[in-house]
Amino acid sequence: MKRMLFAFILTSSAPLYAAATTILDGYRITAKQESAAFKDFSAARGETFYRAKMGDVACASCHGTSPKDHGKHATTGKDILPMAPSVNPERFTDAAKVEKWFRRNCNDVLKRACTASEKGDFITFLTSVR
Amino acid sequence: MKAVLSLLCALLLLPAISLAEAEEGNEKGESGGKHASLALQPAQMNVKWQQECSSCHIAYAPGLLSPESWRRVMAGLDKHFGTDASLAPAESKEITDFLVRNGSNRWSGTAAPLRITETSGFLREHRGDEVPAGAFKRASVKSAANCQACHSGAAKGDFNEHGVKIPN
Repeated sequence: MKRMLFAFILTSSAPLYAAATTILDGYRITAKQESAAFKDFSAARGETFYRAKMGDVACASCHGTSPKDHGKHATTGKDILPMAPSVNPERFTDAAKVEKWFRRNCNDVLKRACTASEKGDFITFLTSVR
Repeated sequence: MKAVLSLLCALLLLPAISLAEAEEGNEKGESGGKHASLALQPAQMNVKWQQECSSCHIAYAPGLLSPESWRRVMAGLDKHFGTDASLAPAESKEITDFLVRNGSNRWSGTAAPLRITETSGFLREHRGDEVPAGAFKRASVKSAANCQACHSGAAKGDFNEHGVKIPN
């Protein structure tokens, strides 16, 4: 039974990592170009970023205190599916969609584009949430 | 001459009138009497429109605004009622074409409001004698943009007034 469970976890999490890893690889290349001091992404920095209030909102304001929970659109009240791929495997599987939402949400919340380093930290944090 | 002209208009519009709604219009004979209500949602839907617009709110039926209003809405997506809702150029073009093609053809006047709630059609149907004061501000409704709070079929373009339930 234990072995079966292990096999299940292996097969079910493998594609998730593959997709998120490809997207992260892209951001890693850009992050190195953005700053010579860049080493690697950090889940801890990503979590700080996720929770930090920028103006009067944080990522967590709409996406939920726990990325495993559903969120709620601040204006329309529409349900937002969980951000953590451990509960929502659709997350970080489509690079164009990821870029689209970083573009929109960074503009809204930070009033500027996010750096590749911020994007990578953010995804690294969310994929680390179990 | 006028009668001939309106008959001609009615004939031209015929394909766009959904059967159910046309019957409904004749039955009621009120606002829909002269112009039977047109289908707000076309039979042929667009997947991109559905996906993209419904990611933050319901995908408002194309027939709720005029083609010119839709052009303006789509041209300003990067500042969409206080939010960046920008799209890639190809998606934006496909959705704009769909909305413009299926926009309301009952439009009169030159104003092309961005908000559905500022259209004469919306205002006419939501006057004080139709909607209790303060209803739009209730927590259960949130705002007038939240059509589905009272119109359960809103996401499908169904705004039949017999189906309206205003929550407390």
